[in-house]
Amino acid sequence: MSTKPKVGFYWCASCGGCEESFVDVAEAILDLAQLVEFAIFPVAMDFKRQDVEALDDGEIFATMINGAIRTSEQEEMCHLLRRKSQVIIAYGSCAYSGGIPALANLVSKEALMKYVYEDAPTVVNPDHARPQTETLDQGRMATLPEIREMVRSLDQVIEVDYSIPGCAPNPKLVLAALQTLLSGERPPKGAVLAPNVALCANCPRIDTKPRELSVKAFKRPHLHEVDPDTCLLAQGFLCMGPATRSGCGEACIRGNMPCTGCYGPVDGILDQGAKILTSLASLVEAHDEAGIDHAMEAIVDPVGSFYRYGMAKSLLRRKIDLPTPVAR
Amino acid sequence: MPDTYQPRILAFFCNWCTYTAADLAGVSRMKYAPTTRVVRVMCSGRIDPQFILSAFAKGADGVLIGGCHPGDCHYLEGNVKCLRRFRILQRMLVDLGIEPERIRLEWISASEGGKLKEVINAMSADLVRLGPLNLPDALRSFDAEVLKEETEAEVQELVTIP
Repeated sequence: MSTKPKVGFYWCASCGGCEESFVDVAEAILDLAQLVEFAIFPVAMDFKRQDVEALDDGEIFATMINGAIRTSEQEEMCHLLRRKSQVIIAYGSCAYSGGIPALANLVSKEALMKYVYEDAPTVVNPDHARPQTETLDQGRMATLPEIREMVRSLDQVIEVDYSIPGCAPNPKLVLAALQTLLSGERPPKGAVLAPNVALCANCPRIDTKPRELSVKAFKRPHLHEVDPDTCLLAQGFLCMGPATRSGCGEACIRGNMPCTGCYGPVDGILDQGAKILTSLASLVEAHDEAGIDHAMEAIVDPVGSFYRYGMAKSLLRRKIDLPTPVAR
Repeated sequence: MPDTYQPRILAFFCNWCTYTAADLAGVSRMKYAPTTRVVRVMCSGRIDPQFILSAFAKGADGVLIGGCHPGDCHYLEGNVKCLRRFRILQRMLVDLGIEPERIRLEWISASEGGKLKEVINAMSADLVRLGPLNLPDALRSFDAEVLKEETEAEVQELVTIP
């Protein structure tokens, strides 16, 4: 029986990019594999739920869970992994703050299901069939998890010890976090394991950011040529750098695209969208209503721009006039 | 909804103008709807959209911001900064299901006690028409559908005989 600490890597509502980022730890993963043993890793290794259930409580040293939470099955697995793990790490934007899946909190579950199973142009479904949680088929009951009314971040479902944000997280942060934990050091509970400074502080274009930034009209990057060396805000592009946590390695900026805010806010911010809105709207040059509105015309979807990764963790959490979840 | 419904308005008033206007309305014994709770800020430019979202999340039916007329800001341009944030915030709140009437920005100078009275009365009437927002109850209900597991402390409580 191995005495190596056990590590888990589980996914909920996610795209698989977080697993990619874990593999991007590259050759260092071999050193890591010497130090730890995997207890569950659905994307790469064959473990079943029963294997986790067979473990003692707290037997897994640390489990990284990625993806937002929307189904009853994801909730069950998270509770199970919480029980079996000493440390739970919310891995990636979706587990940390809802991520892209949490933008579904802007529509009702009914509207979502209707589109996916009836109205989408590629769907043929004359019987209006919808997935059921229980279906009797040839005398046997087939079951499916229930889809909840809302998308949640991991810490809205189970207790989370640490978070590594990012879409996807920077492999360097992941490696550093695991090395820290394996060394026996425990950062304060609830810590976000990424630097507590805004992206602008580490931006390779910081020297071209004017002291007094002012924007005549915001621009959308697919409609204009983007200068590869100048501060994106100085060019008028909607860059979330001033209100987004650093740690990503500024990959988007280096790829000549503005920051979209995937690392979430720095410590102490209650609402990422409100903060991004504040920092960007304040840059507008115009003084009158018409001029201000014109300058921000290119922000066609303020919620989608400011809360692209943070809807579930925002103060309002969802569009507020949707049907409320039914108590179990 | 009972017809006695009184909306709750959280007001952020600038120290240099609207707060003084509220003072003037008071000493002038003007009567207006008792719907407003005032927070004095040094400038409307100090108002972070987080304050407004928190106000709604904690039970406000509306948020009123009072600042100096453009050109009169004690800090030159704080009120213009507020206006820039307000225009996009109001648009964003509509997308989040909050009616535009629930957030209002007015320029009210220190001498305009009468305007303050009219603005509060008009906003109160708008909010009575819209009815309560009641976000705290909604937020509490959001997680009612989630699978719960007893925390260790609760389990201990269950197994410990007092």
